[in-house]
Amino acid sequence: MSESLPAGFDVGETDRLREVGRRIRVEVIRAVNHARAGHIGGPLSAADILAVLYFHILRIRPEEPTWPDRDRFILSKGHSSIALYAAMALRGYFPVEELSTFDAAHSRLQGHPDMTRLPGLDMSTGSLGMGLSAGMGIALGARLTGNACRTYVMLGDGECQEGEVWEAAMAAPRYGLDSLIAIVDHNRLQQYGWPGDGPDGRIPPQQPGELVAKWSAFGWRVLEVDGHDPAEIVRVLEEAGRGDGRPVVVIAYTVKGKGVSFMEGHYFWHTRAIKPEEFAQAMAELGEPTTSTGGVPR
Amino acid sequence: MTLPLGRPMREIFGETVAELATEDPRIVMLDGDLGSSTRADIFEKAHPDKYLQMGIAEQNMMGVAAGLATMGLIPFISTFVSFAVVRPLDQVRLLIAQTGLNVKITPGYAGLFTGQTGMSHIIVDDISIMRAMPGMVTVSPADDVEARQVLRWAAAYEGPCYVRLVRDATQRLFGDDYEFMFGRAVTVRTGSDVTLISTGTQTPRVVEAAELLAADGIDAHVIHVPTLKPLDVGAIVAGAERTGRVITVEEHTIIGGLGGAVAETLSEHRPTTVNRIGLRDVYPESGPNDALLDMYGLSAARVAEQVRAILRPT
Repeated sequence: MSESLPAGFDVGETDRLREVGRRIRVEVIRAVNHARAGHIGGPLSAADILAVLYFHILRIRPEEPTWPDRDRFILSKGHSSIALYAAMALRGYFPVEELSTFDAAHSRLQGHPDMTRLPGLDMSTGSLGMGLSAGMGIALGARLTGNACRTYVMLGDGECQEGEVWEAAMAAPRYGLDSLIAIVDHNRLQQYGWPGDGPDGRIPPQQPGELVAKWSAFGWRVLEVDGHDPAEIVRVLEEAGRGDGRPVVVIAYTVKGKGVSFMEGHYFWHTRAIKPEEFAQAMAELGEPTTSTGGVPR
Repeated sequence: MTLPLGRPMREIFGETVAELATEDPRIVMLDGDLGSSTRADIFEKAHPDKYLQMGIAEQNMMGVAAGLATMGLIPFISTFVSFAVVRPLDQVRLLIAQTGLNVKITPGYAGLFTGQTGMSHIIVDDISIMRAMPGMVTVSPADDVEARQVLRWAAAYEGPCYVRLVRDATQRLFGDDYEFMFGRAVTVRTGSDVTLISTGTQTPRVVEAAELLAADGIDAHVIHVPTLKPLDVGAIVAGAERTGRVITVEEHTIIGGLGGAVAETLSEHRPTTVNRIGLRDVYPESGPNDALLDMYGLSAARVAEQVRAILRPT
């Protein structure tokens, strides 16, 4: 393990990022339980990648969210917003306590990210397939204005069924936008899925290897990573940042519902209300003992 | 009376945005592979580094425009109305209108004049769609003089806007002293018998129709509404007060467009009978411009005929 660590990276940093991922998961479960609504499986699969982005990779100033030279991040799979909000809160964009307003009326933490409400969001998203196009525009705009920022866009694998994703995939290489880094949260489940011989009678949104072949064919530089190994995510994202003239896509292999045993790998935890006993078990598995199943205990 | 032909609005588009980009380095042109038709090629010659070909991928183009706008650039969009409004509607709604980003949606080929392309390219409901979209302003200039001013206004306006432009040369209504004012309607003929309200390049044909009606003893008041949203409520109400009878005329469906907007406004502010002349729930066919205007009742002679029939039912 240690021999794959990037230079200047130590086990302490790995542990820190792993702990951030755990905290994101705890906050996701708490907030969705409190709101009695919201997506769960996708936010949990994205948690470790978001931890690495917000605590190690992105050049950002949480106290100055509109800092012009900041790296940009777009959550194209906007339905995983609560994981992004948790990462931002833990990083200091706003108080962690505000996560209890998720999905509530008048909240800045809308069901899908709304850039007009919450400073620090670089685009409104929620209708799938759109984020990469906006990210391409940011990367192109950065080049035209002499801004050295990088632009990261996280997509879902189910989302890669949207046609617009492949419009952006066609267009971005023509501009050689190597500051544009797409990350596909490849958790191999979509909301309901195509019927077939997989778990719960559903098959994954893509065949094995399909995403690598497609993005490669469109002219992208393709990297692959275990999306739950913080040290590996750091290594691959740092590699992605060393541009070679092509836009980069990181295929991150993840598990939907990661971190909570009874949620892992089941499409029906895409979005679902959590029962009190399920909440207690989830918290216990995440190492966050709680005796309360109502409100947002902390 | 026949008005003289002006220059095609599409040429005005390419020239004016090129001039604007010389004045303001933030302006860029995004082209959905139609620059040789929309005349974004004029812009490309002047500013090759600011011309951004996006290919035949309009959903992506709208997203790229939104991203560029967040970086402080001012993108103008070159495509047809069909591929700027209906095809990438969700992208325009979420990434541009909801965000309030500074993108100029300025397609050519509005209305019936689409180079004999037919129902796939003739969009009859773009005003209805765009004026209903929260956060989007909608402007439809009458002629080349006004189009140039509207494009200059759009560049200075902070936020998303929809400006519908026309492919071919149409009648010039305004003189060089005309001044477009955003959000304001303009009286282009004064009369006392009936108030005709129009928008876009239909307005000059309505002015011609008013002269035909004058020969029949009908003295029409004509109001041009370049800004469909926000609508000039005061001018519409005043127009209704003046004659007590309102007829809208538009090269567009009568459902939800200018006619719909005027009827909504008068119903609330000054209940008045409103008749609507325009396209009636049809997908127009391809054909020469004059033939289409005649077929769909939008030539000056056909407008005059319908106004007469409304005012003097047999």
